Amino acid sequence: MTDVLLDGCLALCLPLLAWLVLRTESLSQAVVLFVAFGLLSALGWARLDAPDIALVEAAVGTGLTGALLMHTLSWTEETPPDVRARARRRPWALLATAALTLLLGWAVLALPADSPGLGPEVEARREDSGVKHPVTAVLLNFRGYDTLLEIAVLLVAALGARAVNPRSERASSDAAKDPLTGELFRMMTPALLLVAGYLVWVGDHGPGGAFQAGAILAGGGVVAILTSRMGTPRMSSLRVRWALLTGPLLFIGVGVAPLLSGRRLLELPEKLAGTLIFIVEMALTVTIAMVLLMFFPGTRPSRAGRGGER
Amino acid sequence: MNPWALYALSGVALFSVGLVGLFSHQHVVKRILASNITGSGVLLVLVALARRMSSGPPDPVPHALVLTGIVVSVSSTALGVALARRMARLQAEATHLPEHEPRSDGEGP
Repeated sequence: MTDVLLDGCLALCLPLLAWLVLRTESLSQAVVLFVAFGLLSALGWARLDAPDIALVEAAVGTGLTGALLMHTLSWTEETPPDVRARARRRPWALLATAALTLLLGWAVLALPADSPGLGPEVEARREDSGVKHPVTAVLLNFRGYDTLLEIAVLLVAALGARAVNPRSERASSDAAKDPLTGELFRMMTPALLLVAGYLVWVGDHGPGGAFQAGAILAGGGVVAILTSRMGTPRMSSLRVRWALLTGPLLFIGVGVAPLLSGRRLLELPEKLAGTLIFIVEMALTVTIAMVLLMFFPGTRPSRAGRGGER
Repeated sequence: MNPWALYALSGVALFSVGLVGLFSHQHVVKRILASNITGSGVLLVLVALARRMSSGPPDPVPHALVLTGIVVSVSSTALGVALARRMARLQAEATHLPEHEPRSDGEGP
């Protein structure tokens, strides 16, 4: 009974919150509501027996996206949130979307209600994959293409973001003096490293893996950047470039190596698969953390500094 | 009603809310938010469909796809946000250069 109530509440609240996000006139309020929406959807994913996705959603989808959007607001507020932040009324668009919603809802409900999907096939071949957790087996062995191309997408996005805003802003020095954030950061860092390492290790047999670990490392890095403990990573630095490239290069190497022994691309040898997946995951963690950090342009110059520029 | 159907319908509703937002808003940040919401709706439908069997473990393939999808949506958001920042800077330069004086309406709440 309580299960049904919880599911019903979540399923109702998600679209309602989404509507509020888009309805609110203040942009910063919309971003905060969006973070709340992300946390609720993480709860929904946990309810749907998808703990991996709930972890990634809470860390990446909500934490980092929220920080990124908040950060952007502090840059773009020079165009004040005026009438343009409000929606234009378009009755025909609403009608068309309502029709589309009904159609999609009907299509979803018309699907067979008890299809196990590809679950049994994954289960049957899981022994060969080298890991015990089915999601990790799919991500890094059965559908390695997806993960490889995803890393490529991440790299391209980081390069694009940096190419559009080449000037990396200098951190202001006065934020570093705050004793509270410094102490918090000092206490947080060992815990973050421990959690990230644990998540990579546990990905072998439970919910966890490179994405979650990388996101948590990047979260720590973002706090470091925002409190000016650390400068933004520069693309010109050789160390940053290597951190960005280890994951993809190692993954490509592991994927191409089977070709030399007459196997197919990304077909990992069964005996070594577990070890190879672990090594690739370690390298991917470094790359993912670095890419996510590259999205942050650094702290915003203080108002006095900006006034001087004008 | 099955829980999965409930969440799948919720995902469909999210998709259309996001779609309406995407078409009716003019502000860049709102559009980025709307496209994120649309994406969340699609992912929610996928995960709900993976849970159609009420007993036993859920289908891991959609789970892996959704994991990939979340990370890709974050990177597309970051790219969009970088473009928005660039636009804001260019607009600020365009409005500031001719008049040489700070605008009075820049200190909004």
